[in-house]
Amino acid sequence: MQEKPVKRRNKDLSFWEKLYIPEIVKGLSLTLRTMFKPKFTMEYPEVKFEPTGSYRGRPVLVQEENGVERCVACGLCSRVCPALAIEVQAAETELEKERYPEKFEINMIRCIFCGFCEEVCPEEAIVMSKDYELAFSNREEAIFGKNKLLMPVNQLQDRIDFLRQYK
Amino acid sequence: MDSVWNFIVSVLELGNFAIIKVLIILSIILVMVAYLVYFERKISAWAQNRLGPNRVGWKGVLQPFADLLKLLLKEDIVPDKSDKKIHAIAPMIALFVALSTYAVIPFGPSLQLFDYNISLVVADVNIGILFVLALTSIGVYAITLAGWSSGSKYSLLGGIRSSAQMISYEVSMGFSVGGVLLLAESLRPVAIVQAQSGWMWNAILQPIGFITFVVSAFAETNRLPFDLPEAEPELVGGFHTEYSSMKFAGFFLAEYANMIIASAIIVTLYLGGWQIPYIEKLGLSAVVVTILQVGAFLLKLFALLFFFIWVRWSLPRFRYDQLMNLGWKVMFPLSLINIIWVAALIMIFNL
Repeated sequence: MQEKPVKRRNKDLSFWEKLYIPEIVKGLSLTLRTMFKPKFTMEYPEVKFEPTGSYRGRPVLVQEENGVERCVACGLCSRVCPALAIEVQAAETELEKERYPEKFEINMIRCIFCGFCEEVCPEEAIVMSKDYELAFSNREEAIFGKNKLLMPVNQLQDRIDFLRQYK
Repeated sequence: MDSVWNFIVSVLELGNFAIIKVLIILSIILVMVAYLVYFERKISAWAQNRLGPNRVGWKGVLQPFADLLKLLLKEDIVPDKSDKKIHAIAPMIALFVALSTYAVIPFGPSLQLFDYNISLVVADVNIGILFVLALTSIGVYAITLAGWSSGSKYSLLGGIRSSAQMISYEVSMGFSVGGVLLLAESLRPVAIVQAQSGWMWNAILQPIGFITFVVSAFAETNRLPFDLPEAEPELVGGFHTEYSSMKFAGFFLAEYANMIIASAIIVTLYLGGWQIPYIEKLGLSAVVVTILQVGAFLLKLFALLFFFIWVRWSLPRFRYDQLMNLGWKVMFPLSLINIIWVAALIMIFNL
């Protein structure tokens, strides 16, 4: 039977490693090199991160050029929402789409930015925007009604293009 | 009026303008400590691919003052189980030691100004180095007493570690200084600096002693890789766990002031003090040479301070047994070898 070769363990230091000084010089040179590398920090309030189309920010309602929302108040988004954040109340309208959301509220404290609402929407009426600056000082403020949710379609073009390509 | 003026002048002249020099040095040290903290944070940030403090003032230059204001406004908490008097005295000892050691460090040659011959050292005493060694030993009391009086096990462990560490490293520190004293044949810091004229720097003549002294200096100032008395992960801050507000600021200040002192002593003993090699051959006027030499001293000091900070953010902390091994089995024999080496140098070259 052949004897297994003795495996040298990592914790056994070689002679040069035991002297410490070469290893210390190695470590020092590493940190010195790092000191002069460019930094990637974005200084947030002055420089803002501009997300790409794949970014899932706060969900918004798409507003057409004529000022009317695309939503037909089918309630699918409200149904699929795992966090129960969306509340829709439908009403009738004279327009071609016949139904519109009388009340559309998203509770931004509950929203988990999963994007299911956008995925399930048959009209491409609710999409995730690039907006990530969400801070509230009380709970009432965090419930976004239609006035805060509507966003013109030209501001959402990146996301809509992304959805058409990959969804 | 004239007599009052004469009295003021005579007071100021006491001990070669000692009062003025003390005030200048004290204010310089305090400002340097403030900015040392700033640069510690900046350099640590750069070494870790961050930006560091950059919000208070231009590039964050007012950060130390904001930190100080915060510390001053904090509540001073004294634990119930602590020994109140000693708890209050400990940071004062630390500060006293840190600030008074500077008295014997020469930061320039003597200066001719308005018929006065001003030597740029507060106290040109002939036992200077002994004074430094004695005071740094008192510095241990600050940490040990702080740890003991806090009435907390973490603090106590920190304090005890500190005293054990200081004893082990002071031995090799003393022996490495021995090599310098053999060459200079004097304990006067000014004489030691003058003995290192040209390129006869002690760091070049006795590299082993230089390394052992620098390592011991790191241990004496409780800086990483030897900051076992504070060791955040295991001792929750060690000796200053139970300190807050201005008392904590005292320790904080003392730590950084100690770093400056240690660097200044290394410069004086091993890096030729204020001397610039062969500057006399340039034929500059005496005042310009003096200014350049003070500048050289500060430059060497800043380089060493940068080294202190740089090492802190590069190396991990030693384990306690490793620390003791290094102190007694490596540093101590090395410093003895250094003394033999220096003695041999003196015998062969008649230095």
